[in-house]
Amino acid sequence: MISLIKEKVADKKGWMTEEEINDIIVIAESTPGPIAINLATYCGYKIKGVFGSVLATLGVVLPSLIIIFSISLFFDKFIQNKVVAAIFMGIKCAVVYLITTAGIRMFRKMKKTWYSVTATILIILIMAVLSIFSKSFSTIYFILIGGFLGLIIFGFLAKKEPKK
Amino acid sequence: MIYLVLFWEFFKIGLFSFGGGYAMIPIIKEVCINHNWISEDMLLNYIGISESTPGPIAINMATFVGSSQGGILGAIIATLGVVLPSFIIILIIAIALKNFIKNRYVQATLKGMRPVVVGLIIFTGLSLLLSVIKVYPVKEEISYLSIIIIAILFVLSFIYKKIRKKNIPTILIILLSGCLGLLFLI
Repeated sequence: MISLIKEKVADKKGWMTEEEINDIIVIAESTPGPIAINLATYCGYKIKGVFGSVLATLGVVLPSLIIIFSISLFFDKFIQNKVVAAIFMGIKCAVVYLITTAGIRMFRKMKKTWYSVTATILIILIMAVLSIFSKSFSTIYFILIGGFLGLIIFGFLAKKEPKK
Repeated sequence: MIYLVLFWEFFKIGLFSFGGGYAMIPIIKEVCINHNWISEDMLLNYIGISESTPGPIAINMATFVGSSQGGILGAIIATLGVVLPSFIIILIIAIALKNFIKNRYVQATLKGMRPVVVGLIIFTGLSLLLSVIKVYPVKEEISYLSIIIIAILFVLSFIYKKIRKKNIPTILIILLSGCLGLLFLI
């Protein structure tokens, strides 16, 4: 997706330079939400202001919306078919495999510090314990707590890095 | 009012999914289960479809869940909800705060969140895996075939990576597992 956007926006249309796009990708990776949406919004704004950003975002959302909505109309009936159900039993295996390996891959890519390793393991343990005792605690709170700890540990306590 | 709830829940999902498509899965799972919208089983089906159709998985999932709860309007509202936070944040950054992301405190906060998100994804993956092979919390007969399929996917991805020096494409994994799923008919 990203390479597709790069090709279209930088090479074909010449709307932005490749460097600009790389900058946006860094921003997109540090802000919430799908990277494709972030890129569309940013590129749209750079080219035609707020109106452009609305249209670009709409443009990237619409195909998904149409495709998935069409599928959702008949999916409930579709899945009742024995063959389809069997195929989806297999696909479910793929999905859990993909989620787990994506998590592990992210962990391996992450810069290992005492904080990052402890926090990852601690979260897995806490979630496991909560699940065993059927207690719920919103995952959003965990993310917020992580952000708060990061702000204190890396923002306020850590020594200021010399400016480049 | 279902539309308001859909909007609000997906707005939160959009606001807190830091770190790419998979980051939203732990939150969306929690939301769907808490509201009794769809079962874990159906959630996995939806993710499977979202993975194999074009477009960001977050958008696909929002449309899917929204449609199941409120038809076309539900789909539009949930999708709008999940898009809006990114849209607003990026627009603000584009207009006024170009260096916001480079800010030391913003970076520190993100650094604190990242391992939490990674931990949540790993946990969610593992817990869904246990539920697919029917070990926990479903107390049914263990699905050995599921275990075999997951093992096959693991081995094949490993071999693919050794030979091609890159990760196996997601769509290939899904197609393959769909074919292997036919074994469930036997």
